[in-house]
Amino acid sequence: MKTTTLKDDIVVLFAGDSGDGMQLIGELLGYTSALSGNDISTFPNYPAEIRAPQGTLHGVSGFQIRLADHYIFTPGDEADILVAMNPAALKTNVRKLKPGGVIILNINSFDKKNLALAGYEIDPVEELSKQFKVFPIEITKIIRDQGKDSGLGTKQIDRSKNMFALGLVLWLLNKTTEQTATFIKRKFSDKPELLQLNLKALEAGYNYGETAELIISRTNVEKASLPSGTYRSITGNQGLALGLITSAHLAGTQLFYASYPITPASDILHELSKHKQLNVLTFQAEDEIAAISAAIGASFAGSLGVTATSGPGMDLKSEALGLAVMLELPLVVCDIQRGGPSTGLPTKTEQSDLLFAMFGRHGEAPLPVLAVSRPADCFETAIEACRLAIEFMTPVILLSDAYIANALEPWKIPDIDKIHSIEKTVLQENERHFAPYRRNEKGAREWAVPGVPGKEHRIGGLEKEDLTGNISYDPENHQHMVLTRKKKIENIAQYIPLQKVDSGSESGKMAIVGWGSTYGSIKTACEQLRNEGVEVSHIHLRYLNPFPSNLLQLLNGFEKILIPELNTGQLAFLLESHLKKPVEKLNKVKGVPFTVKEIKDKVLSIIR
Amino acid sequence: MTQEDITTKNATIQPKDFASDQDVRWCPGCGDYSILKQTQTILAEIGIPRENIVFVSGIGCSSRFPYYLNTYGMHTIHGRAPAIATGIKLARPELSVWIITGDGDALSIGGNHLIHILRRNVNIPILLFNNEIYGLTKGQYSPTSKEGMVSKSTPYGSLDHPFNPVLLAMGAEATFVARTMDRDPAHLREILKAGHLHKGSAFIEIYQNCNVFNDGAFEIFTEKDTKPLYTLFLEEKQPLVFGKNREWGIRLDGYKPQIVSLQDSGFGLDDLWIHDSRDRYKAQILATFFDDPRKENALPRPFGIIYQSQRPCYEDLVYQQIENVKGKNTKSLKEIIFGTATWEVH
Repeated sequence: MKTTTLKDDIVVLFAGDSGDGMQLIGELLGYTSALSGNDISTFPNYPAEIRAPQGTLHGVSGFQIRLADHYIFTPGDEADILVAMNPAALKTNVRKLKPGGVIILNINSFDKKNLALAGYEIDPVEELSKQFKVFPIEITKIIRDQGKDSGLGTKQIDRSKNMFALGLVLWLLNKTTEQTATFIKRKFSDKPELLQLNLKALEAGYNYGETAELIISRTNVEKASLPSGTYRSITGNQGLALGLITSAHLAGTQLFYASYPITPASDILHELSKHKQLNVLTFQAEDEIAAISAAIGASFAGSLGVTATSGPGMDLKSEALGLAVMLELPLVVCDIQRGGPSTGLPTKTEQSDLLFAMFGRHGEAPLPVLAVSRPADCFETAIEACRLAIEFMTPVILLSDAYIANALEPWKIPDIDKIHSIEKTVLQENERHFAPYRRNEKGAREWAVPGVPGKEHRIGGLEKEDLTGNISYDPENHQHMVLTRKKKIENIAQYIPLQKVDSGSESGKMAIVGWGSTYGSIKTACEQLRNEGVEVSHIHLRYLNPFPSNLLQLLNGFEKILIPELNTGQLAFLLESHLKKPVEKLNKVKGVPFTVKEIKDKVLSIIR
Repeated sequence: MTQEDITTKNATIQPKDFASDQDVRWCPGCGDYSILKQTQTILAEIGIPRENIVFVSGIGCSSRFPYYLNTYGMHTIHGRAPAIATGIKLARPELSVWIITGDGDALSIGGNHLIHILRRNVNIPILLFNNEIYGLTKGQYSPTSKEGMVSKSTPYGSLDHPFNPVLLAMGAEATFVARTMDRDPAHLREILKAGHLHKGSAFIEIYQNCNVFNDGAFEIFTEKDTKPLYTLFLEEKQPLVFGKNREWGIRLDGYKPQIVSLQDSGFGLDDLWIHDSRDRYKAQILATFFDDPRKENALPRPFGIIYQSQRPCYEDLVYQQIENVKGKNTKSLKEIIFGTATWEVH
C-alpha cells in the first residue's frame, strides 16, 4: 500500500561513520529541497577526528535537516526519520527520534563486531521496533551486487552506500532524484566508473522505495511561502565570503584575505581563494599571528585587510588586534566560535568568545563587535562590519559560530547595485601639513596610503602624539588619546540602526534577548509561545559593541529579560552592567544549539 | 606595476632629504647611527621617490629606525615585521618595502616569520642588526649571544647555543645572504645597495655594536689591529685571502676548508677557493664559518655576499596567478553571488 501524507515540516537525520558521506547527502537533500521550494534549516554535527576508528561511537557523523512549507528558523528539536548506517550511528542518534519515527538501517553493518563497538550487548532492532518503525535494509549487499561488474574494488563500491540512502529518502519525501543526479554527473565527470556506480546506487535507493513492500507512507512537504525574490541556498561561511568580496567592491579596493587553516573557519579561505578574478588576494600565512599581521600590512597599503579564525586563533591574534586599534587602520577579524577553552570542541558550536571579543586585549583597546544570527544574515552583516572598519578606521570583530558556519539555508539574493558604497576617509586637501591623526566628524583619521607625495608618515604601536602621530610619552597626551579612541568607538552608536524588536510587542512582560546563532530557536519559541497565549517579545542583537543607542530604553520597557546563550552568561554580564538590574539566564555549553523546547520551558518556568 | 616602474633617478635628492623631523634617540655611540646614515645615503643614490618607500620594523632598539626616515613607515610589534611587510608588498608590489629588525626580534620571537618570508622570497631587503644582546630591555642575552655569556638574566653564564643567522637564512633557502658591519661604512653601503638591487628577499646580517650592554662584542672583527686576521672579505671571482699582508688563503681539501699560508706552505693564489656567490654548495660551506675567533685554527668570519641566486618572487607569482585566473574564470561578482542554482519565489 502506497499512500502520501501531507506534512507541514519533516526532519531527517542522517548518521554514519565519518567516512560514510553523511554530510554530503545531507547537503544534497537540502539543495534538492530548497530548489523544490521548501524552506530548509540544517545542522551538521561531525567529530573532530578526520577518520575515527570505524564503527565507534566517537566516529559518528550526523547531518540533521528540516524541510518545511513555511518559514523556519531551526533544524527541529526531534527527527521524523533517522538513517543509521551502523549500530554506533543508531545508538548515538536514536534518542533524537520522535516516538513512532522511522528508522532506516543498513542491517549489513549490524554484525557482532559493530554491535560490540557500539556497546550493544544484544541486537537492538527487535526492541526498537516496539517504539519506532524500523526498516532494516541490506544496503551493503544491494550495493555490492549491482557494483560487481563495475570493475571497481569493494571499498570503492561500498562508498556509494550513502547515495542509496539518499535515493530512498528522496522517495520517502516524494522528491525526484534529478538534482542529485546532476550533482553526481558534475562531481564525477572525469571518473566514469564512479559516476555510473553512484547514479545506480541513487536510483537503486529510490526504486527500493517504489518496489519493496515498505509499509510506510510517503511524506509530501509543500512549497514554503517565503518572501518573493530569487533564492539560493547558502552556508554561513559562504555568506561571509561573498559579503567580504562585495564589501571590497563597494569600497573600490582589493580584498586582502589572510588566514591560517582552522576549523570551522577554513571554508572562508577555500571560498575566497576561488574568486581571484574579482580583485581578491588570498594568503595562507605561516600562523595566526602572521595572518592578521599581513592583513594589517595590506590595510596600511590601501587594501581591505581581513582575517578569520576560531577561538585559539583569536588568542594568538590579540596582540596584533591591539596594534590595529593603536594604528587606527581598517581590519575585519571574523571569529567563527567553537567550543573552548583551548582546543576545546573544534567542530562543535558555542558562543563563548563574546567577552573575549570585547575585552581580550591588554590596555584600553575598544573596538566594534558584531554578530551574525543565521547563514542568510552573514552577507549583510559582513558588509556592515567592513563598512564600520573603513568608515571609522578601526579593527572590527565579527562573531559567527560553528553552527552558522556550516548550516545551509535559503538566502534571498540581494541586489548589490542598491547597496550604498563604502566611503574611505579622506580629509580636506586644504590642510597645509598632512597630519596622520587628524580626524573627521566621525573621529576617523585619513586612510593615507603609501605612494602619495607629501603624506609620508610613520605609525606604530607606541602611543602617539595627537595629530602628528609622533611618539609621545606625555601623560596628558596619553589620557587624551585613550579617551579619543574610546569615544570614537562609542560614537558609532549614533551611526548604526536603532534596535528593533524582531517579533512581539515593543514593551511588555518579557523579552528574550539573543545574539548570534540562537536566533532561530528563540524566534520559533517566541512564535509558538505567543500562539499559545504567552506574551513574549524577541530582540536579537547584531551590534554588540557599541550597543544601538536605544537598546537600554527598549529593554527597560520589559518587566523581565531572558537571555539564552550558548555560554555561561556573557551577554547577560554585559547587559546587567548596563541595566543595573539582574536578568534571567538560560545557558547551555553542550556544543549543540538550543532546542525550541528548552527555551519555551525556561520562559514558562519564569512566568509561572 | 612593479617596483622598477617607479624608480626614477632623481639627481637632486640628498641623504638629508630622507631624514625625518624626529630627534634620533639611540644611545650616543650606538652602531645604529652608522646604519641609519649609510641607509639614508644609499636611498638618495637609488633614486626611488620617498613616497614609494615603506620601512617596517618590529620591536627593539633597531626598530625605532622607521621614525628617523622621511618615508612611509610602520613600527609594529615584536617579531612580526616580516609578516606585516609581506602584507604591504603583496597588496602593493610596486612599493619599495624594507624590514628593519634585530637579533631578538628576528631570531627569537619572530623566528617563524623570518624563515617563511625567506622561503617565499618576497622582494624585500631584511636588515638584521645583530648586537648579540637585548638592548631595549636592558641587557639580557639574545639568541645570538655566545655560550657562557654573563648577562642580567644569566649571572652564571648563558647555556644556550647561539644561532648562526647566515646559516639559518641558507637553511630557509634565502636567495640573498650577506654579512656586513656598522664600523665599515663603505662595505655596509655596498651590501645595502646590492640587497636593494637583488630581486627577492635579501637577508643582510649587520654586526652592530651595543656600546652600553655589550660593548666590543665584535671588536675582533672591526678594530684595525685584529680585523685583517679574523675577517674574510668576499669578493666575487677572487680567491679567499686574508691577513694583514694578505698572507693567508683558504683552499678546499675535498669539502673541508683549510687555511694555508701563502708564504711558506707551497700553495699559491691559484690553489685557493675562488668566491662564487652563485655556487650554492660553496655558500653552504662558507655560511658555516662561525668559529670562535679565539680558538686555534679558527676560520676567519666571512663578510660580503655569501650567496645570491634567482628564484621567482612571491608577489610576482601571486599576481601572475591572478592574471592566469582572470583568463580562465570570468565570473562576475553578481554571478558568484547567484551561485550555481537559484529558484524564484513569487
